[in-house]
Amino acid sequence: MSKFSKKRGKADPEVSTASLPDIIFMLLFFFMVVTVLRDAELKVKVNTPYATELTKLQEKSLVNYLYIGRPVKKFVKTYGTKPRIQLGDKFATIPEIPLFLERHKIKVPEAKRPRITSSLRVDGDVTMGIVQDVKTQLRKSGQLKVNYSAKKRPD
Amino acid sequence: MAKKSSRDRMKNEINAGSMADIAFLLLIFFLVTTTIVEDKGITVKLPPWSEDEPDITKLKERNVYAVLVNAQNQLLVRGEPMRIQDLKTNAKEFIDNPTNRPDLAEKPTKAIISLKNDRGTNYETYLEVYNELKAAYNELWDELCQQKFGISYSDDLPRAYRKAIKEEIPFVLSEAEPTNFGEE
Repeated sequence: MSKFSKKRGKADPEVSTASLPDIIFMLLFFFMVVTVLRDAELKVKVNTPYATELTKLQEKSLVNYLYIGRPVKKFVKTYGTKPRIQLGDKFATIPEIPLFLERHKIKVPEAKRPRITSSLRVDGDVTMGIVQDVKTQLRKSGQLKVNYSAKKRPD
Repeated sequence: MAKKSSRDRMKNEINAGSMADIAFLLLIFFLVTTTIVEDKGITVKLPPWSEDEPDITKLKERNVYAVLVNAQNQLLVRGEPMRIQDLKTNAKEFIDNPTNRPDLAEKPTKAIISLKNDRGTNYETYLEVYNELKAAYNELWDELCQQKFGISYSDDLPRAYRKAIKEEIPFVLSEAEPTNFGEE
């Protein structure tokens, strides 16, 4: 080794790592743009329908998500194929909705509570019966701001 | 040994190798916290719960735009079958009533849209119908906004503008308790 360094004289053997952060930053930005992070694993199949008159949901912390759809393949054996509700990361029934809303509510500062929105992520193939029951329960619980999740219709 | 030699040469560069670690930390932080996909949807304000059914028989028939959707996802608008594609134009005409027809709404403030579906209606169809009705109102708002303020209507408009427009054309949609003929 010393033989080599002698030969090269005063040449610096170290590789400059100054550009490494730049590469990592590039990666960082790339991931920031492409990542989709779900807060809960979906146990029901949700393929939201298309619509045109969409509004964006503003503050994520003020939104609670209710999923309605048919159970995905691995749960068909235990839960069947009838449409079901998923709250958080587990299957639920209609009477559990108020508790779920309350759990979310206590995490939100009091001043912001009137702006809490329920996002209904409902599969397009589901019939209105279960959706109606959920809506009725939401009305009974005083959660009146609702957003029917939909995708932008491609032109 | 290499260290010693670099000292001898009095290198003044700051070691930037740890910058990468800091950036990695940031990268991981963002990976964990961000949700990029925007949540979009049709925002709806549900009516407060009351035990008794709202009575729409008191309203004048000409002011009520009754939309029925059955379990076969077919539309019945004011007693006539209709295709979803025609719903928006038809609803617009009803609300605005530009030719003052006696069978359409007296004025936009009195127009009421009554939507009723079956428990067996497809959610997709329901949302499509809702979307068309909302689109009818959005277009009317847009036209009025252009007329009044010379700008197109959007949610970013100042509150006063939006209020002025919604006062002239309020969005009144009442949803009746669904029928139950085709529940799966």
